[in-house]
Amino acid sequence: MTDQEQASKISEIIEAYPADQRFALAAMQDMQHAFNYIPEEGLSALAAYLGCAEAQLYSMATFYKALSLTPKGDHIVKICNGTACHLRGAMNLATELKRNLGIDPGETTEDGTFSVELVNCLGSCALAPVMLVDGTYHNKLRVEQIPGIIESYANGGEVSAHD
Amino acid sequence: MINGTEKILVCCGTGCIANGALGVADAIQAELDARGLSGDVEVSAQVVRTGCSGECEQGPIVRFMPRDLMYYRVKERDAAAIVDSLDGEPVQKLLFKKDGQTYEHMADNPYYALQHKVVLKDVGIIDPLSIDDYIARGGYEGLKKALAMTPDEIITEVEKSGLRGKGGAGFPTGRKWRTAAGYDVFPKYIVCNGDEGDPGAFMDGSTMEGSPHAVIEGMIIGALAIGAEEGVLYIRDEYALARDHIQHAIDDAYKAGILGESIMGSGHKLDLSIVRGGGAFVCGESTALMASIEGRVGEPRAKYIRSVQRGLFDHPTVLNNVESLASIPTILRDGGEKYAEIGTEGSKGTKVFAMVGKVKHTGLVEVPMGTTLRTLIYDIGGGIIDDRPFKAIQTGGPSGGCIPESLLDLPVDFDTLTEYGAMMGSGGMIVMDDRSCMVEVARYYVDFLCEESCGKCTPCREGLRQMRAILTDICEGRGKPGDIELLERIGRTMQDASLCALGRTAPNPVMTTIKFFRDEYEAHIESKECPAGVCADLTQFAIKPDACTGCGLCSRACPAGAITGGRKEVHVIDPAKCIACGSCREACRFDAVLTERRPA
Repeated sequence: MTDQEQASKISEIIEAYPADQRFALAAMQDMQHAFNYIPEEGLSALAAYLGCAEAQLYSMATFYKALSLTPKGDHIVKICNGTACHLRGAMNLATELKRNLGIDPGETTEDGTFSVELVNCLGSCALAPVMLVDGTYHNKLRVEQIPGIIESYANGGEVSAHD
Repeated sequence: MINGTEKILVCCGTGCIANGALGVADAIQAELDARGLSGDVEVSAQVVRTGCSGECEQGPIVRFMPRDLMYYRVKERDAAAIVDSLDGEPVQKLLFKKDGQTYEHMADNPYYALQHKVVLKDVGIIDPLSIDDYIARGGYEGLKKALAMTPDEIITEVEKSGLRGKGGAGFPTGRKWRTAAGYDVFPKYIVCNGDEGDPGAFMDGSTMEGSPHAVIEGMIIGALAIGAEEGVLYIRDEYALARDHIQHAIDDAYKAGILGESIMGSGHKLDLSIVRGGGAFVCGESTALMASIEGRVGEPRAKYIRSVQRGLFDHPTVLNNVESLASIPTILRDGGEKYAEIGTEGSKGTKVFAMVGKVKHTGLVEVPMGTTLRTLIYDIGGGIIDDRPFKAIQTGGPSGGCIPESLLDLPVDFDTLTEYGAMMGSGGMIVMDDRSCMVEVARYYVDFLCEESCGKCTPCREGLRQMRAILTDICEGRGKPGDIELLERIGRTMQDASLCALGRTAPNPVMTTIKFFRDEYEAHIESKECPAGVCADLTQFAIKPDACTGCGLCSRACPAGAITGGRKEVHVIDPAKCIACGSCREACRFDAVLTERRPA
């Protein structure tokens, strides 16, 4: 995406809302969704549009977990660490991902392919432990399945979540 | 013969979708199309995509009307057999089996037989995207009655029902409404708290997914009672499906004249909209949630003035939980007294629980208030996975407590568990067996809350941080005498001095595990041992030679390549390579993997 395209996408997102503080969170979530993070330009454009201080939006962007100020990898791996998943070994999944990708939750691989996140309960507790890759559920996951799943995404393909 | 009344209900709740339910629904539809059973209404069998049936672990679930057959763990390749059974024999292999007995119908299945559905009565039966389905089962009848009543009469009906806020606090809903109705300041707001943040809880998400109109009807009735013309549903960011279904239901309600300028032609006005949560646990707290709706950082404020007087945008606001609102239509339709017949003296009606963890049947259940934990776990939940010993049940999310075996016969309601330092909370129930370490569980919750504390007040922010440091030390073998007493002191300070309920209840997991499982703390601190074999720094695994059959399951499960042994030979774990993840113990079917204290 060029700077131009990004700028026009940002205005498109912002101007879909009335210029009212109560829509700040929604606009930032839309940006997060469109870019996988909130670009600095997006924050200043929104502040100008709403007539509020950029610092105010910055405080929101750092407060809410759904928002991020740093770019994410091409594939986003979310390990659910809700209680049910935790009890059924979610942290072992994180350890195994670290052995495979060399990154801890919250980090992105150097080549920008993968980001790993430890997330709060996804509400699929019956299928614990759950890992989401780009929105696809991998249920009742065992540690030994992880290398295969990662490899399939690294190669650009996708494996069935229901083998 | 297929006569056109058949409906094939495919559960498309979050859990079943994750298990492949959408593919199953498509496959059944394709099968019907291929046999020419879908075009002509006279002989059609409809595929209806419903919300969560509750028994998520057994999904995808397919239910058949009017014969009421329940099929479990359905795969796409079963589509032909399912369509065959429309007018034939049930597909045996897909039926529910327990103790050698096969159950064809939902009502016979012990998982459902002890339940009492009010909030979930339509979930799993109606198509959540169809307002007609909802109306056909008595939907919006409660609203019609409410429109013929004065606000005072509506509130009296809710008071009679004894309904208390099911988000966990248990504040009487009728009293909240009456207070808000008493202020002559306009506009007023009604807010639905759909920011279900407790890990291990998905009751509200499933209700919004499966019966969105019930929530909306409850909000409309509430708005009439207090005189609000605007309402907001604050829904958790992670609940994409719930949000879609609620939005769809709102749109349909506008089209049907149920929302908007004149509710069912009554002249009363109400607009509803959705606000997406930002992924902050503290926003489940009412004042933080309102700050978030206003477009600010979601920090709570001190409640010297309550929200019913000055809430959203400083105006009178009623905030109710999803489950409370979804109970309202039934209360209005059937009368408050009828609802009050269910439950106990102090806690009326039903409660939905999400039962997860090491229990056989995980999923959603709705039972009368006062049902005992033992009934929930053993009679409805089917007991512990692999029939292992029960250790504790964690109720009420991160603010709740861990309850031991000795208290399993306590009735679950708003007040009883609180007397024991735990709480019923919003309805998450996490079952733990002897392979769950209570110190590690306490650390898990404290860690969660440490991340989620907004940081505004010192006792919560700093107390959690110190608790986390102490608990981590204990789990990693650096515990010292006096740590337990220090944890208790920090906990009491937080309970007394924190600003909001998050901080005041945050020590509960620590306090209850110390109270009921003090010996586990002592084992970690004094003998540097984790009795459950969970804390990796204190644990190593070994294989009992006389129990090992050499099946090789453990070595295949081991991510570290630490297990060696040929086929039918006794396997051996290399402690130097072992990362103590416990995968081998989970994989072993012969109880041949034992835990040992890791030498310092």
